[in-house]
Amino acid sequence: MHDVDDTGSPVPPEKPRHKPTRIPRTAMPERGPEERARDFDEVTLGYTEEMARAEASRCLQCRNATCIDGCPVNIDIKSFIGGIIDGDYHEAVAILKERNALPSICGRVCPQEEQCEAACVLARKGEPVAIGRLERWLGDFDLACELEHRCVPEVGPDSGMRVAVIGSGPAGLACAGELRRFGHAVSVFESLHATGGVLTYGIPEFRLPKHIVQAEVGLLEEMGVEIRCDVVVGATYTIDELMTAEGYDAVFIGNGAGLPMFMGIPGENLNGVYSANEFLTRVNLMRAYEFPKADTPVWRGRKVAVVGGGNVAMDAARTAKRLGAEEVFLVYRRTEDEMPARKEEVHHAREEGVEFKMLCSPAEILGKDGFVTGLVANRMELGEPDASGRRSPVCVLGQDFTIDCDTLIMAIGTRANPLLAQTTPDLELSSRGYIMADEHGATSKRGVFAGGDIVTGSATVILAMGAGKVAARAIDRWLKPGAE
Amino acid sequence: MFRIVHTRQLSDAVFEMGVEAPAIAAKARAGQFLILRVAEGGERIPLTFSDWSAEEGWIRFIFMRVGKTTHQLSHLQVGDALTDVVGPLGVPTHTEGLGRVAVVGGGVGAAVAYPVSRAMCDVGAEVTVILGARNADLLILEDEFRALPLKELIIATDDGSAGRKDLVTAPLKELCESGAIDASMAIGPAIMMKFCAATTKSYDVPCVVSLNPIMVDGTGMCGACRVTVGGETKFGCVDGPDFDGHLVDFEELMSRQRVYTDDERLADAEYHRECSCTT
Ligand SMILES: Cc1cc2nc3c(=O)[nH]c(=O)nc-3n(C[C@H](O)[C@H](O)[C@H](O)COP(=O)(O)OP(=O)(O)OC[C@H]3O[C@@H](n4cnc5c(N)ncnc54)[C@H](O)[C@@H]3O)c2cc1C
Ligand code: FES
Repeated sequence: MHDVDDTGSPVPPEKPRHKPTRIPRTAMPERGPEERARDFDEVTLGYTEEMARAEASRCLQCRNATCIDGCPVNIDIKSFIGGIIDGDYHEAVAILKERNALPSICGRVCPQEEQCEAACVLARKGEPVAIGRLERWLGDFDLACELEHRCVPEVGPDSGMRVAVIGSGPAGLACAGELRRFGHAVSVFESLHATGGVLTYGIPEFRLPKHIVQAEVGLLEEMGVEIRCDVVVGATYTIDELMTAEGYDAVFIGNGAGLPMFMGIPGENLNGVYSANEFLTRVNLMRAYEFPKADTPVWRGRKVAVVGGGNVAMDAARTAKRLGAEEVFLVYRRTEDEMPARKEEVHHAREEGVEFKMLCSPAEILGKDGFVTGLVANRMELGEPDASGRRSPVCVLGQDFTIDCDTLIMAIGTRANPLLAQTTPDLELSSRGYIMADEHGATSKRGVFAGGDIVTGSATVILAMGAGKVAARAIDRWLKPGAE
Repeated sequence: MFRIVHTRQLSDAVFEMGVEAPAIAAKARAGQFLILRVAEGGERIPLTFSDWSAEEGWIRFIFMRVGKTTHQLSHLQVGDALTDVVGPLGVPTHTEGLGRVAVVGGGVGAAVAYPVSRAMCDVGAEVTVILGARNADLLILEDEFRALPLKELIIATDDGSAGRKDLVTAPLKELCESGAIDASMAIGPAIMMKFCAATTKSYDVPCVVSLNPIMVDGTGMCGACRVTVGGETKFGCVDGPDFDGHLVDFEELMSRQRVYTDDERLADAEYHRECSCTT
């Protein structure tokens, strides 16, 4: 472990509220790349209490706290940091959880650099307050407490109403927690054998330990949320059956955008070619990295190519490294500047030895005896900006080349899974199959609400959570006697 | 947890198991499958329903003891429980309006052929069943098939120890040749389905096959179950398991089924070392 704390960690004064010290941003300790790229333990280690207090003391406690507007769910950042400054951690947790039920998760995976931290006043002249790390520290502080000291949001008086939540990803979990606060009975239906959605099957252990996801879900159960795994809505029950025979008064759909896309190029069904979803699910959900102790295998390549430039591609590449690959290539059509992945993930991947092959677009997959042996790619260059403002790649003729690989992972995005919509004919969909919902999450079907990736397409954990919460409030209004 | 309510050994390595799962039983249809995990840390494996009772709330499936998971399954008894059972998954077999049909069940494929034939009989189809196995000991569900109102039950074994000494394709060919069938369905090992598809194709008799690719989630989320049908990639778990046998790329299917053979052997060896059992 290399400790990169460069603050000199002076113990902050008791009440620095109006005279913040001009100390630099407190670095978070992390494990060195050689060590961490060999196992699945967490990469970053989180602040100590001293570090958290030192970092909190950098906050100016602005009268007009712009960071709050930068947060998609408007967490009262100023006040929770104030709580840390005052050493009143339980109060700080309560403030945080008022808006975000899953702080230990969001503190780890939110793109704070584009959200709250980008809006921090200190960011104008130097480095913003490390809001995400403070959020993580507080969340972990709460998780480490004995249950009776943990911040369990208060459950409202029993309303006599029952709501079915489909999917236990961030959207479903946030919605379920909020509904309990309003006093409604909630059952969460999950098709897999474990809860958490992408948090469990997609995002790797080394970035988001699964015990944290399970502890957050455990807290929801503590609040009286019923969790029912192994139920595929659309197969085991339809939405209509949930609302009639099963007796639910309203339904929230948070089933994500879990259908993996492929490129449609020759050789894509060779052995050793995976969707990122399959590769990550085998490793994260099924724990293939513990094979044969766990029963599910995964193909452990020596030379792995990952196609894509988002967080999913980074996760797949870093996972392949940890499974023992000698070489891992990241193949992306544009350049690093256009990569949608978080900067921190790109940085970590590069540190761990992932090799970036930019301006390459896969054209064909080569194979022998049914197994992948290489990838033929077109050389690209950046052309004119497209509608989204990104410069679109164009093929440079005659410059194809081959990348040798024995494993190929497609991380080029996901779409809406049609399973649920097919059995719910009166649910209005967009042309691309996503569920249409208004700003409160109401769909075209009475009593049915939706939010998260299934409405927006693949987005972020915090946006999915926010959508779940907003929908919970709309469901509460809908369930009120006399409401329509 | 899903309580086991029935077990029966059908042959040396083939077992039938019944599990209490009322919600799934209420929905199950012929040709659909379930995914189960025996215990924590276990694999998710797909198995097609062989029978179910919506009234009594149970489902049944038949499996051959091949790898670690099926070994573990074979040791469980009534009163034990499975950690996870999910379903019903996949598109039900199309059974309506088929007229005169031949249903071929090879090996454990008979377990799927049984509910499919029953469903076809229920809607008034004229069903001929061809049951195939390597030898008489490996033949399963013969009595169950005999209890159905079939046009005919033809049994074929490789060594002639029961029924005809033939591959299932021989009687299938005769039925096609004599114009006795309008459609066919084949369920069994990939290689058998491949040859049934080839046999029927030359007579222009449609042949639906029930594919068994490797799966993980069974809901369309991972793509492990990719199969090529008519030049297009399909997901076996949600687009299938039934496909037009004349269009399926069987070579690819068989290649993809073998991808983890070495790993499976390792897991199996490890398991036998640990539980020091011999079966
Ligand atoms: C590998 C990876 C890395 C990512 N990294 C980040 C990151 O660092 N930061 C970030 O903010 N975002 C990240 N994202 C995106 C983020 O995870 C998603 O935007 C978010 O999880 C969406 O939440 P959701 O609740 O809408 O859906 P999901 O998390 O997809 O959850 C949906 C759940 O519903 C279940 N389900 C589906 N269909 C049914 C059904 N019919 N019946 C019952 N249950 C059903 C699914 O099994 C799943 O558990 C990442 C995504 C991936 C794949
Ligand atoms: S088994 Fe995962 S998509 Fe079919």
